[in-house]
Amino acid sequence: MSAMAMPSRRAFLQMSLTAAGGLLVARYFPLSAAVEDTDGGVALGVFIRIDPDGTVAIGARNPDMGQGVKTSLPMLIAEELDVAWSSVRVEQLPLGLVARTDAPGVTWKYGDQGAGGSTSIPDSWDDLRQAGAEARSLLVRAAADWWSADEAILSTRDGFVRHPDGRALAYPMLTRRAAALAPAARPAPLKNAREYRIIGTPTRVVDAAEIVTGRAQYGIDVYRNDSLVAVIARCPYFDGGIATFDGSAARLVPGVRQVIVLPGPKPGEPITLNLATGVAVLADDTWAALKGRDALRVQWTRGPHAAESSQTLARQIEMLLRHGKGKRIRDDGDFDAALKRSATVVSAEYYTPFVAHAPLEPQNAFAHVESDWVTVIAPMQQPGGGARAASEITGIDRLKMDVRMTRVGGGFGRRLTNDYVAEAVLLSKASGKPVKVQWTREDDMHHDFYRPLVQHALRAAADRDGQLVAWEHRFVSAAKYYRRSDVKPDDLWRGDVYPDDFPAALVPNLRLEWFGLESGMIRGSWRAPAHTSNAFAVQSFVDELAQALKRDPLEFRLALLGAPRELKYSSHGGPIFDTGRMAGVLKLAGEKIGWGRTVEKGRGLGIAGHFTFGGYTAHAFEVEVDPGGKLQIHRCVCAVDVGRPINPLGIEAQMMGGTIDGLSTALNLEITVKEGRVEQNNFNDYPLLHNADAPDVEVHVVASEKRPSGAGEMGIPTTAPALCNAIRAASGVRVRRLPVRDQLAKARG
Amino acid sequence: MTVEFELNGVARVFAGDPTMPVLWYLRDYAHLTGTKFGCGIGVCGACTIHVNGAARRACITPMSVVAGLKLTTIEGIGSPAQLHPVQEAWIAEDVPQCGYCQAGQIMATIDLLQRNSDPSDAEIAALSNLCRCGTYPRIRRAVRRAAVALRGGKG
Repeated sequence: MSAMAMPSRRAFLQMSLTAAGGLLVARYFPLSAAVEDTDGGVALGVFIRIDPDGTVAIGARNPDMGQGVKTSLPMLIAEELDVAWSSVRVEQLPLGLVARTDAPGVTWKYGDQGAGGSTSIPDSWDDLRQAGAEARSLLVRAAADWWSADEAILSTRDGFVRHPDGRALAYPMLTRRAAALAPAARPAPLKNAREYRIIGTPTRVVDAAEIVTGRAQYGIDVYRNDSLVAVIARCPYFDGGIATFDGSAARLVPGVRQVIVLPGPKPGEPITLNLATGVAVLADDTWAALKGRDALRVQWTRGPHAAESSQTLARQIEMLLRHGKGKRIRDDGDFDAALKRSATVVSAEYYTPFVAHAPLEPQNAFAHVESDWVTVIAPMQQPGGGARAASEITGIDRLKMDVRMTRVGGGFGRRLTNDYVAEAVLLSKASGKPVKVQWTREDDMHHDFYRPLVQHALRAAADRDGQLVAWEHRFVSAAKYYRRSDVKPDDLWRGDVYPDDFPAALVPNLRLEWFGLESGMIRGSWRAPAHTSNAFAVQSFVDELAQALKRDPLEFRLALLGAPRELKYSSHGGPIFDTGRMAGVLKLAGEKIGWGRTVEKGRGLGIAGHFTFGGYTAHAFEVEVDPGGKLQIHRCVCAVDVGRPINPLGIEAQMMGGTIDGLSTALNLEITVKEGRVEQNNFNDYPLLHNADAPDVEVHVVASEKRPSGAGEMGIPTTAPALCNAIRAASGVRVRRLPVRDQLAKARG
Repeated sequence: MTVEFELNGVARVFAGDPTMPVLWYLRDYAHLTGTKFGCGIGVCGACTIHVNGAARRACITPMSVVAGLKLTTIEGIGSPAQLHPVQEAWIAEDVPQCGYCQAGQIMATIDLLQRNSDPSDAEIAALSNLCRCGTYPRIRRAVRRAAVALRGGKG
């Protein structure tokens, strides 16, 4: 692994985040004399090193799992540094923790290094541009010294400082002088957006040549001398344990070195480390470990959830909706009174199942626990959490760790938790050896933090003029925040209900209620978490309302949004929900699909829009359902407004990928439960969409100048409802339960 | 029992467990890690290699069957300094997201284009390798671009 060791040793500009999350350019201090690397490269701050040949090494602080931040975040630095993108080489930074100077504990050296919630771009927009600008400012001051010129008359471009008389100095000639300068009194000025040459330019993935030649390093590619491969037999029953176990046959498998019992969390207790009790087989190679695991004889106890199944969950949902008392999350106006006065009432229920993340790279982690040092190398979305887990297990301070994130073979939220990292640390500690834990696909399918199962019961009413006057949404969900040590029982709903989501504040009498579903399934964040389920329910229901009120689905949505204005949005992605931007992407998607035109018999158009984590997305589909119920997607349009586009090519990729992820999940994917364990095993019974079934996605990115949001999750939530609205328009069949699977054939049969 | 075979043009001998899948030999012993583990049951295609020039899934191919055969992995196809036209097309179309499946996708594509220099859209879409990130539309564009390049630039 190439790591950017140099700048990490020589901090120039230290930045930290305020409690409110705002950027504080905290401290400046001059570089020591030892600014030069052995190859002559000079560091300017913690992210930038300029080599004598003009190559600019830029550190990427966040892990890249396919969302493209290893490309887009360095673009922010390079823009303000004012270098040619072709001269940039991006290097993955390790986890950077440093001791706090103002209080006990540790803080970020490079800023937050997690990847989740589509936060990397919005959280980096200020501080990474500033990091580039500070370095550029030093180079300009160094040139001003050299020429004895006023720095105000100097300019920069493509790695040169220019004098108005035509002279120019390449950055490498200035780096040593720049690094020795005293800090400036004020933060360096940022460029005017009109001067951007990198931000907004379609830019290809920086690692592409390594990826397509098989050289890119993922977690699974970490090999170290003397390390053992561990494969774990985990109890398949939620909160089950070991009844009896015999490892003697496993120990006889050639290459097997150790068999270690790994206790899991106690039933019901928070999950902070590994997620299940198991027996680990440690061997010289992966195949020996797998054969050793096959030779284990383990009898599992079935735990407290052995009676749970998808059927018992369905009965529980029925009971809760009929007889349960929900938690009132929001209650605007008087829903009941408005309902009584209304002329039209529509109600419907929608269902989204548990689904698995199934990143293509199965979970794995390398750990080496030594007497006073821990090394962790793994595909992680939250390397800071990995360090915390390692410290909790070993008692070793987080400052005595080398924690590195590799390229990540898909995240989708699965690798926000570090259970597999904890397993590697536990096993390295127990065995005294460096250990790489390797999961199989079946392990991954059986032991995920699944997207919660949700049943939505919706009811709405309109007055005699067809105006929507009342809206009720009851959510029954297996809370995402299950067994989280940092979430109070009263706040369990917060992972599943975002109280300011559309149509809040747009319908005068609006009530949201949440019912917690009891389940032993472990749950967690799945790309665009609750938005995937909630947008399916709300955007499907809006279509049903439009139909009942004889309104055009697009016109009805635009009328509900009303005049462009900013509404309060308290959940993640706020603080503002802009109805005008929402309407903008809906209109754009409608225009591109040719909304309102007459389509061939058997075909239909469908549309949906949603606000996800600061970004506005709309999908429009044209589909055909044949008399046998066979679905064909003729066109798929995605319109997105993520503010100022940083890398349009990357945004297109995220929308295309998110759309196909959304389709794959909506059409075919479901995790079911039987006797307290997951029924699915591998891609044969959890069938990801194939190339042949994935449509082209026509992506339209709004040319906005607003502050940028992320783009990793906005492509998913509107896919399923737009698809199902199109299916309804084409066939008359309303899909209220995902996945779609054979429902259309059955409805036609 | 030993197994003699050729790997990326170099003669090799394997004296380990003959039931070991080629995938784990490549990764754990030959240290050719471009061939990826995704499912272990031959469904996802992340481990696609060429055996005597034809695409094969290394996770369900035991070492015992490769005796006397020629194995090619992604590392034997091209390097960053010397890319294969299919790899060039992949970069030009900016295909990779997480990138984990792409070596297998490229191996499957090279196999397709060797059998069929001008595949139809349906034949391209029939590539059965899974991509969890949903890069399929760009994969299809890259395959078309590579087919044109391999035919000497004639559309």
